[in-house]
Amino acid sequence: MSRANTLDRRDVARALLAERGELLVVAGLGAPAWDATAAGDHPLTFPLWGAMGSAAMVGLGLALAQPERPVLVLTGDGELLMGLGSLATIGVQRPRNLAVAVLDNEHYGETGMQETATAHGVDLAAVARGCGFAESEMIRDQAGVAALAGRLRAQQGPLFAQVKVAADAKPLVLPPRDGGLLKTRFRAALLGPGAALA
Amino acid sequence: MSARDAVDWPADIHAALKSAEVRQVAYVPDAGHARLLALCAADPAMRMVPLTTEEEGIGLAAGAWLGGERAVLLMQSSGVGNCINTLGMIEACRFPFLTLVTMRGEFGEFNPWQVPMGQATEAVLEAAKVVVHRAGAPGEVGAAVAGAARLAFSGYQAVAVLLSQRLIGAKSFQDRAAP
Repeated sequence: MSRANTLDRRDVARALLAERGELLVVAGLGAPAWDATAAGDHPLTFPLWGAMGSAAMVGLGLALAQPERPVLVLTGDGELLMGLGSLATIGVQRPRNLAVAVLDNEHYGETGMQETATAHGVDLAAVARGCGFAESEMIRDQAGVAALAGRLRAQQGPLFAQVKVAADAKPLVLPPRDGGLLKTRFRAALLGPGAALA
Repeated sequence: MSARDAVDWPADIHAALKSAEVRQVAYVPDAGHARLLALCAADPAMRMVPLTTEEEGIGLAAGAWLGGERAVLLMQSSGVGNCINTLGMIEACRFPFLTLVTMRGEFGEFNPWQVPMGQATEAVLEAAKVVVHRAGAPGEVGAAVAGAARLAFSGYQAVAVLLSQRLIGAKSFQDRAAP
């Protein structure tokens, strides 16, 4: 059912993270975390090395705690499919500062490129729309990605984008694995050195 | 008034959460949490986050802590089983985590389908490196939650308080409990 997807996932990540400014980022397990790291390891990116299905919820908790800061969840189709209910949970809260962008390659990339449900036509953007996201769209070209990047800080969310990307494997660019480090450096960068005394 | 009503333990929990500056209240509802949920919903300092499944609350709590806020997860013992893999993130990152679990499948249970998870709840939590406290008497609930919150947010631990079925009252269809 799928059309040829030509967007390069690293180009998409770079476009969304290029001039990140105030942006806080949660990167989902697997390739999206490597893509975010390839765009530049950053203390205000929290990459998940596990807890599959949780990226959107980590983003929600962060967005509710920091309503003035734009929050981007950058995750994959397989990761989001495992926590599809979180779209309903986000739809209830409707945080204006939250965006969820799915790099949808229609495959489980870390486990042997088995097809996900999106390869069979499951429309995540339609699900998000049905859950009450303020905007939800399917993106297939770099112009659409650039437009999304421009809306991340507009406080008009929650935004959802299902970005169709090519299913080729990329070189591994890995973030730190130590969860304690990832948590502590994020809080220190966001909340200041006093966060360690909280 | 029965002896059970003499201590307003849901109000004691709410006071303990408020004192601990909990801002995000994630929950999958349970009859045993009904009064606490109403108290939290009426508190403008608390944000209610209804979940579709309990493990969402773990991600929420992690994100809240990253952003400088504190969260609590309210659930029934059956929901503990949904949380196991996601609890790995709490351990791997040493996130503070507080959950208050109303028990089914123990004292006075009439639904055999509740028993397996209810009986496994404590062992499952401990296997996932969650410190487990039990509260069985109305007068001890407030202190148990206050102590758990301190251990979680100041001691950087994952802590569960199990609220016994003896405390909340065994369910029956006569009082319109969910099966």
